[in-house]
Amino acid sequence: MAETGKKDEAVGEATPHVTEVVSSDASTTAEVEAVLDAPVERGEPILQVRNLVKHFPLNQGILFKRQVGAVKAVDDISFDLYQGETLGIVGESGCGKSTVARLLMTLETATSGEVFYKGEDITKLSGRALKAVRRNIQMVFQDPYTSLNPRMTVGDIIGEPFEIHPEVAPKGDRRKRVQELLDVVGLNPEYVNRYPHQFSGGQRQRIGIARGLALNPEIIVCDEPVSALDVSVQAQVINLMGKLQDEFNLSYIFIAHDLSIVRHISDRVGVMYLGKMAEIGTDAQIYEHPTHPYTQALLSAVPVPDPEAREGRERIILTGDVPSPANPPSGCRFRTRCWKAQDKCAEELPVLAIPEVFKGKDTPAAHDSACHFAEEKRVVPAA
Amino acid sequence: MTDKNAKKVPLLEVRDLHVEFHTRDGVAKAVNGVNYSVDSGETLAVLGESGSGKSVTAQAIMGILDMPPGKIPQGEILFRGEDMLKMSAEERRKIRGAKIAMIFQDALSSLNPVLSVGYQLGEMFRVHKGMSKKEAKAKAIELMDRVRIPAAKERVNDYPHQFSGGMRQRIMIAMALALEPDLIIADEPTTALDVTVQAQVMDLLAELQREYNMGLILITHDLGVVADVADKIAVMYAGRIVETAPVHELYKRPAHPYSRGLLDSIPRLDQKGQELYAIKGLPPNLLNIPAGCAFNPRCPMAQDTCRTDVPVLHQVTERDGDVLAGRGSACHFWKETIHG
Repeated sequence: MAETGKKDEAVGEATPHVTEVVSSDASTTAEVEAVLDAPVERGEPILQVRNLVKHFPLNQGILFKRQVGAVKAVDDISFDLYQGETLGIVGESGCGKSTVARLLMTLETATSGEVFYKGEDITKLSGRALKAVRRNIQMVFQDPYTSLNPRMTVGDIIGEPFEIHPEVAPKGDRRKRVQELLDVVGLNPEYVNRYPHQFSGGQRQRIGIARGLALNPEIIVCDEPVSALDVSVQAQVINLMGKLQDEFNLSYIFIAHDLSIVRHISDRVGVMYLGKMAEIGTDAQIYEHPTHPYTQALLSAVPVPDPEAREGRERIILTGDVPSPANPPSGCRFRTRCWKAQDKCAEELPVLAIPEVFKGKDTPAAHDSACHFAEEKRVVPAA
Repeated sequence: MTDKNAKKVPLLEVRDLHVEFHTRDGVAKAVNGVNYSVDSGETLAVLGESGSGKSVTAQAIMGILDMPPGKIPQGEILFRGEDMLKMSAEERRKIRGAKIAMIFQDALSSLNPVLSVGYQLGEMFRVHKGMSKKEAKAKAIELMDRVRIPAAKERVNDYPHQFSGGMRQRIMIAMALALEPDLIIADEPTTALDVTVQAQVMDLLAELQREYNMGLILITHDLGVVADVADKIAVMYAGRIVETAPVHELYKRPAHPYSRGLLDSIPRLDQKGQELYAIKGLPPNLLNIPAGCAFNPRCPMAQDTCRTDVPVLHQVTERDGDVLAGRGSACHFWKETIHG
């Protein structure tokens, strides 16, 4: 594990998919706040995640608790988020994608590793500086039914962030600001005094998005924002999110298990399996030139709503279930379900890097993939 | 089982079924005249969004509708030609589970957490067949083997929480299969599962269906799942069937604006579009279904007739009048929709 303080060395040769971290030398709170307020150019990294680890301890005993193990929810992952882009993160339940979201929001404390926001390690921040970070990174939750307080009016829900960050909207302006936000997300501004139960699922998710936008954040972490919605309403919300991204120059981390939706909205996609990043690249690299067997299996399992495109499509059906993250397999995490697995896979942990076979070659398959036996296999038919 | 004479009476036929719920705020009309039929060995997919009445129809068939507040004011549910709605509770109980079985969406909440899965599987044999505990357990192990649960013998005494989501859904399938029913109703069987597990479970279900030559009613909102397994599709909207078609035809040429909108609004894995087509507006409130065609406030093709006349399910034909078998569309403008 990378030691803290040696930030720049932590992103050495082994992980070329991540850019070098230029850590800020701000020391006082005021300096840190100034760094956080500085704008980031489009295309520059805004968030850099390095060797992030989150282990949840498993305790036994009632009076004298002792740790008997740990659920390795997120185990050493690194990636970058660029200003103005959408990074999709896909994976099955239990792969740690939601824990990543919570870590980025500093809702959980990382076991180790760093999250650099504009060069500032937010896992080390506290107090006023942390508050400033949280203003700039907001979240949209999965379930629009439970993430809104049923006893608060829509106006109070969307306006609540202003209570914590009064500098964004002075008291007199708040109601007007809330109404503007409702208008931005396509709801009638006259609805401010209604309660969440008076809205449908799609409308509630719009309220959740309006709350996320209230503080003019730069990054929005979306944890399965449309999976609870009906198909015909999903498209409305996805289109809205695309529109807002252009309008407010937002960067999205879009976490979902629906690969078609992730492809639609993302510029780059990361595939997670059991706390590790298996493969990461642009949407074309991942969907059209996957090199990791897990990505290939995942893509081939997606039901395609078009019987003609389905014919001639090879389906890889994995056997078994995802192993427990409390007791993951040695070496490559995926080897227990992989049809290519050999002895090497059990002994040696594959690093996330451009596979040897594709190194230096000018092919879309030359992207980061954590597999000893990476090879390109097209499972989604060409458009 | 499938000789020519038996084919004439479908395994299950639903005729003009209506279901309503009497609530404090008024009468919610959940199902408004549904007709469909399934034969042995056939898979019918019922597709619809939440509130379209697809699950309520299934509950009415199973006879597990809460009555009151539910009420079936009219309609017939014919199982092998006999109307189940006219049967006594005792007669229906003999059909339920033994002849018609159901698989529910959420396996964790459908299984009893304080009883072992072996006990729950064996219950089917003890109650319906009067087997002893020992015999029932042997049967349970056999069933768990059939749905490919590894080490069934060792796991028969495990409790539901000790199984993964995919395994639990297999146990639900095993339970439905226990008495070798003629018809299985699967209500969103894979919605709660991950994609890789979804494919496993769907394949298993399709394989067992072929093997036992059962009829299968697959209720889902996922157009992708349907495409892989169904023979024919019925699309539901606001308690009515708006389109019926053999599965391939629906995807190729939808004949109802709602089905077309649904197909256009899903992002495709093999395409990266600019903006998704979105059906405007919201699904209707069942307490207050729009007059005329229920879809008219959201429909891009709606005219004045759509706001006043309820469209019947028209037989869909080719441009030159050739009948397209099994295709129907409840749209005044189905010709314009399918032929452009």
